[in-house]
Amino acid sequence: MAALNRLNTAGTDTLRVAGLRKSYGGQEVVAGISFAVPAGTCFGLLGPNGAGKTTTLRCCLGLTAPGAGDIRLGGHTVPADAGRARERVGVVPQFDNLDPDFTAGENLLVYGRYFGIADAAIRARIPELLDFAGLAGKEKARIPSLSGGMKRRLTLARALVNDPDIVFLDEPTTGLDPQARHLIWERLKRLTARGKTLILTTHFMDEAERLCDRLAVLDHGRMVAEGAPRELIAAQIEPQVVEIFGDRAVDWAKSRRALGERLEVAGDTAFFYCRDPAPLLAALAGAPALRYLHRAANLEDVFLKLTGRELRD
Amino acid sequence: MNKALFPAFFALPRPGLRWLPIWRRNFLVWRKMAAPSILGNLADPLIYMFGLGYGLGGLLPEVGGASYPAFLAAGMVVASTMNAATFEALYSAFSRMHVQKTWDAILNTPLSLDHVLTGELVWAASKALLSGMAILLVVFALGLTASPLALWVVPVVFLTGLAFAALGLIVCALAPSYDFFMYYFTLFITPMLLVSGVFFPAEQLPVALRAVAGGLPLSHAVQLARPLLLGETPENAAGHVAALAVIAVLAFVLATVLTRRRLLK
Repeated sequence: MAALNRLNTAGTDTLRVAGLRKSYGGQEVVAGISFAVPAGTCFGLLGPNGAGKTTTLRCCLGLTAPGAGDIRLGGHTVPADAGRARERVGVVPQFDNLDPDFTAGENLLVYGRYFGIADAAIRARIPELLDFAGLAGKEKARIPSLSGGMKRRLTLARALVNDPDIVFLDEPTTGLDPQARHLIWERLKRLTARGKTLILTTHFMDEAERLCDRLAVLDHGRMVAEGAPRELIAAQIEPQVVEIFGDRAVDWAKSRRALGERLEVAGDTAFFYCRDPAPLLAALAGAPALRYLHRAANLEDVFLKLTGRELRD
Repeated sequence: MNKALFPAFFALPRPGLRWLPIWRRNFLVWRKMAAPSILGNLADPLIYMFGLGYGLGGLLPEVGGASYPAFLAAGMVVASTMNAATFEALYSAFSRMHVQKTWDAILNTPLSLDHVLTGELVWAASKALLSGMAILLVVFALGLTASPLALWVVPVVFLTGLAFAALGLIVCALAPSYDFFMYYFTLFITPMLLVSGVFFPAEQLPVALRAVAGGLPLSHAVQLARPLLLGETPENAAGHVAALAVIAVLAFVLATVLTRRRLLK
């Protein structure tokens, strides 16, 4: 019976969050979030600044006690058993916190010791970890001499020092140039191909669309949508978008509102969301002064529809 | 603040045995700059030893039953211990906690904040021990002590280091920035240095002040170290040891609670 129970509770979800709540000073930052992440998949947490993404991650790692809710991470109850759960977890934090006094290799060695791994075992893995991060031969490099992209990749290598089953990544590509972002994306795909589970927050919708098997959109501490990126786009938004910009674009668009299912305006750009863009495109053909872009709807459109266009600070 | 958090914040520290990798991390950093660090540990107290001990000491026939340099030696050993532990637990620990976010990185591993703080406590006490030992060697070399009893100063120095490291970690937990540490030095460390019998016998102080001063951690350390260096058994040794141990434990518990409130909220 006990064995059966264990089978039932173990399941295949590596992270399961149910009814998570967390308040600071009477303000509810996370207001009842539930999700589960199947093993070997990449799960994205999206949301504007202050939506509760980082707080949710901190709760999942057992770094802060939730006000309410249940968290199971890698088969352990968090926060009660968070230390044991973190044995099998790697974390790429939002801000690099590599040890500036150490070389790249020493950073990995010292970090591996925190997991109780013997020096010889870590040393044996260092070349492979650096190679994975595209840092082969940089073992003796000092941290201040590394570029932002290299530091980020070293942080990723450091998160893998214990060969984790689950890797948390808090905005892994923020501040990186396109080359560095593509390299990180490629490496993250390799990790899921090896059966690792990734939990990722990001502000980049192309990143989420590309990497995530499933994602949740958070706003004001609540989950406003969850699903596979393609499903969300299909379910939440009209399939075609026509962006019209230029001097008179907004006035022009407002007087022809009926040409699309939905019209949104941001600055001097009008966004028509349509099922059938043909009538709108025909009308645009008769207005050669206007510039426009016709494209398929993407995750960013979904995100902006769900969370609004106002700035969040 | 969330009610559910109170028990977690106020639970007793659970240091466990996993703090050692944190101590080793700090040791590895120290090893890279050991030479200037040891020099720094030695220079300041030696300037006092020679400046005050031989300069001022030349004017004094005898202080507390010994030559002034021999009297001052014990004061310098414990004061240097106090300074080393304090600097490490304030500036260095604060850098790791607040500036470099080293602790945040460690908290993402299986280690807990209790492990981090225990590692920092023992590390600061270890540096203090090194600092105190360096002065003790100079004291031996200058022939200011010859008694085998002086070797008992080694555990006294380590215990003193633990007490000041724990007190320093409280200040570290409360500090918004480096500037905050000036208050601790101006209001606590410097006055304590002057009333604890480091430079002159505490009996010189007004009676009321003497009562307060006698309870300060540095006083307990002086009252243990001085007789030992002069080849005598300290009076009420158990009481002074117990006082230092109680200060260390209580301060560490408080530092743990305050740091949890700061970092695990």
